[in-house]
Amino acid sequence: MRKSSRTSIPVVVAAFLLAACGGGGTDPVSEVAPEEESVEAPTRGDADLVIWTDALKEAAVTSVAEPFGERNGISVAVQVVSSDLQANFVTANAAGNGPDVVVGAHDWIGNLVQNGAIEPLQLTPDQLAGYSDVAVQATTYNGRLYGVPYGVETLGLYRNTDLAPEAPTTLDDAIEAGQAAVRAHAEVDSALNVPVGDLGDAYHMQPLFTSLGGYLFGTDADGGFDPQDLGVGGPGSIAAAERIHRLGEQGDRVLRRSISSDNSIALFTEGKAAFLISGPWALGDIRNSGIAYDVQPVPAFAGAEDAKPFMGAQAFMVAAAGKNKAFAQEFVTRAVNTEEAMITMFEGAKLPPSMTAVAESIAQSDADIATFAAAAAVAAPMPAIPEMSAVWEPLGKAYAAIVGGADPEKTIRDAGATIQRNIG
Amino acid sequence: MMNADISAAARSRRADRRRAVVGPLLLKVLALGTVVGTAFALTPSLVGQERWLFLAAIWVIAGVLVATYATGRGLPAKYLVPGGLLLTLFVVYPIVMTGQLSATNFGDGTRTSKDETVARIIASSVQQTPDAPRYNLAIATSGTPQNGPYAFFLVDPGSGSVFLGTPEGLEQLDPGDVTIVDDFVTEPPTGFTLLTPSEVNAAGPELAEFAVPTDRGAIRQLGISQAFEGRTTLEYDEARDTIIDTETGTEFTPQQVGDREYYQSESGQRISDQSWLAYVGFDNYLRVFGDDRIRNDFLRIFVWTVLFATLSVGSTFLLGFALAVALNDRRLRGQKIYRAILVLPYAIPGFISLLIWASFFNRDFGLINQVTGLDVNWFGDPTLAKGAVLLVNLWMGFPYMFLVCTGALQAIPEELKEAAELDGAGGFTRLRLITLPLLLVGVAPLLVASFAFNFNNFNAIALLTQGGPFSPDNPTAGGTDILISYTIRLAFGAGGAQIGFASAISVLLFILTGVIAALQFRATKSLEEVH
Repeated sequence: MRKSSRTSIPVVVAAFLLAACGGGGTDPVSEVAPEEESVEAPTRGDADLVIWTDALKEAAVTSVAEPFGERNGISVAVQVVSSDLQANFVTANAAGNGPDVVVGAHDWIGNLVQNGAIEPLQLTPDQLAGYSDVAVQATTYNGRLYGVPYGVETLGLYRNTDLAPEAPTTLDDAIEAGQAAVRAHAEVDSALNVPVGDLGDAYHMQPLFTSLGGYLFGTDADGGFDPQDLGVGGPGSIAAAERIHRLGEQGDRVLRRSISSDNSIALFTEGKAAFLISGPWALGDIRNSGIAYDVQPVPAFAGAEDAKPFMGAQAFMVAAAGKNKAFAQEFVTRAVNTEEAMITMFEGAKLPPSMTAVAESIAQSDADIATFAAAAAVAAPMPAIPEMSAVWEPLGKAYAAIVGGADPEKTIRDAGATIQRNIG
Repeated sequence: MMNADISAAARSRRADRRRAVVGPLLLKVLALGTVVGTAFALTPSLVGQERWLFLAAIWVIAGVLVATYATGRGLPAKYLVPGGLLLTLFVVYPIVMTGQLSATNFGDGTRTSKDETVARIIASSVQQTPDAPRYNLAIATSGTPQNGPYAFFLVDPGSGSVFLGTPEGLEQLDPGDVTIVDDFVTEPPTGFTLLTPSEVNAAGPELAEFAVPTDRGAIRQLGISQAFEGRTTLEYDEARDTIIDTETGTEFTPQQVGDREYYQSESGQRISDQSWLAYVGFDNYLRVFGDDRIRNDFLRIFVWTVLFATLSVGSTFLLGFALAVALNDRRLRGQKIYRAILVLPYAIPGFISLLIWASFFNRDFGLINQVTGLDVNWFGDPTLAKGAVLLVNLWMGFPYMFLVCTGALQAIPEELKEAAELDGAGGFTRLRLITLPLLLVGVAPLLVASFAFNFNNFNAIALLTQGGPFSPDNPTAGGTDILISYTIRLAFGAGGAQIGFASAISVLLFILTGVIAALQFRATKSLEEVH
């Protein structure tokens, strides 16, 4: 074992950063330190199979894991890591006290692989054929499968059917109907809620960006993303930026920085917005609010390319340095990889299932889930390459600036240059 | 040579004392025994993990503790050692480690050693043989479950054929030789015992080496109950430090890219995004000073950081002090109620109030614009955003200053004020010449600490504006960024966690904060002359 004392370094650094934050250590003008929670790696539970997940999925994962434990006569611990699961997992795994299985998003895979934190999985082609193509594509990295996907998520277009009775066929129709609703009803404030915020939101802007001709990374011959081919700053992205600018605060005021992921769903459920672009996670709130709604895949702008929001797959992954790798492999490739487990995960997590048979059976009873499953099937998996971490911030901020009225061409070119420099 | 009587008396006194200290002595022996016992208990595992530095540190600590408390000598040490040890452990050690780390490229993609990286790249290259069956596996041993030798009993669920797999190869068995239930071998031939799932799991490292060679690769274990046929497509040539793709013949050698190395082919194709930890000397520091962006933004952000910290301390102190003085008047009724209300902002967890304040400043839907009827884009304009941040920080911080000042005010003797009054000093003069100087004696060090805290008040910035607003051409340095929020973005914002680089920045920030604090403490010394 060549782990030496290096393994404790991240924690120590974190402690030092905190000590620095604390100044004299005696003066808490405000004693909060949310990062304190995130840097303190959780301790691994003592069980024959340890699974880390977040609070939203805990119940579902537990109900899949417990029968597995009983069948094999082993103890199972499902632990919730409430903040920054990915970073905590990487740190704990490197230190040798991480979990055996981690449940997370597919776009972590690139970072987890470059940190040597997860192992490839061996599913037979027959088994893989049971999953939707995009889900398999999303969890495959460098030609290897790294996760068993249980759910897919993507953005859809929600519509308040009282305010806009007709389902739009283009985004232009949606915006027009939304603006008509704003004019007709005093309490309606927003035609179409697309989260932007003061720092921008590259995730929610993606369907607009792609429909208007923008792309982030080109694909190489194998279908993987090619970090050398950056689309931000290119002609398609400039055309998209110009349109976003016209829809922004200096133009139609459809896109506004005052609408962010913090308030966009609430404004819609309060009836203050005619349309909303959001994912299946908004379904719960919208249903509870009792407003009349419908949801459809995000349509394209008139005469433009298809809107391709990001597709995200949630998946079970096997830790590279887990203590119980045999149980972990058995659990992920055998127990999770079944229809029963996938149904249990759907009941708990309410994400459109990635296993085709399960998705079809649930589509019978839940039309909205069927809509999101169909939307995910034609969406583009979010790039999992580590270079993506260099994209989010500059691109988001460029969107915020363009929506706020900055010169669209110069701003998107600058963002492209910044991203290029960060990728190196 | 000694007087016998005195000596005898001393002896008996000592005996008395000994009886009296039996209890504490026992405790002392127990405590020191625990220390030494812990050191002993940790030794084997640390030797096993080859963590020599840690091992040495533990024995040095144990030795220092025993030497200090077991012997009667060195009384001052008894008081200094605990504090000294804690100081070393929690202050000196992290600083040294941070310094050490700042000389590496440690971060995302470079967390593993080179050997681990190569091992992982090779292990990840195992590829299933197309069309090969997925076997149902039962692992057996002809020796012990811990050490083997192991054998695989494999059933092809498609054809029902049974095989025995050993390191020598695959051998078809007569289904009559074994008991099969649900396509799994449940009863092996004599001489073999099956491993339970837990035994399979425990034998993981040994079984990872176990493979049954076949024409098309090898059969390997998959979990507890499955086996698959596949082969490794990559080989590592240690002598040439080259990874070879056995299918295409492509060779991958380490190539330097930025602060790290990757295995790349001649055409620049990377075999994996995984790199490894390496020492980079002062490169991280050179990067801080050599980057144009950092050089251009640093001064502006540094000035705002100092301004932010100064104004935050000044405004919270003035408001807190004014309220403390006002509420210290004994003629005031309901003092306690007012005080409780004023401390409320302090009682709400800061990150909650910061997030709520952030929503108050929303241009179209925020409370502030709605109540005042304004249409101000608070976080869209650098100056307004700075004002908003200062305002919120005032709200967050004044209760602390109020509490401190209230305490300090009550410690100032009434006679001094009465004396001043008799000398004909008015209310404001008394406040300025008597109350304030005496108060500052106690409060000044806290103001310095408060300055250091606000200098690095990451939460206030991160939860309110996240450093924004940003100018369109510069997404790295925002209008309200202070040094800590700016540098965290540099180290973690683009391209994953760059912990080595972050450490270099922490060391620089540490030096900067330390120098400022030292200057301030020197300045506050003059206040002590009041006494």
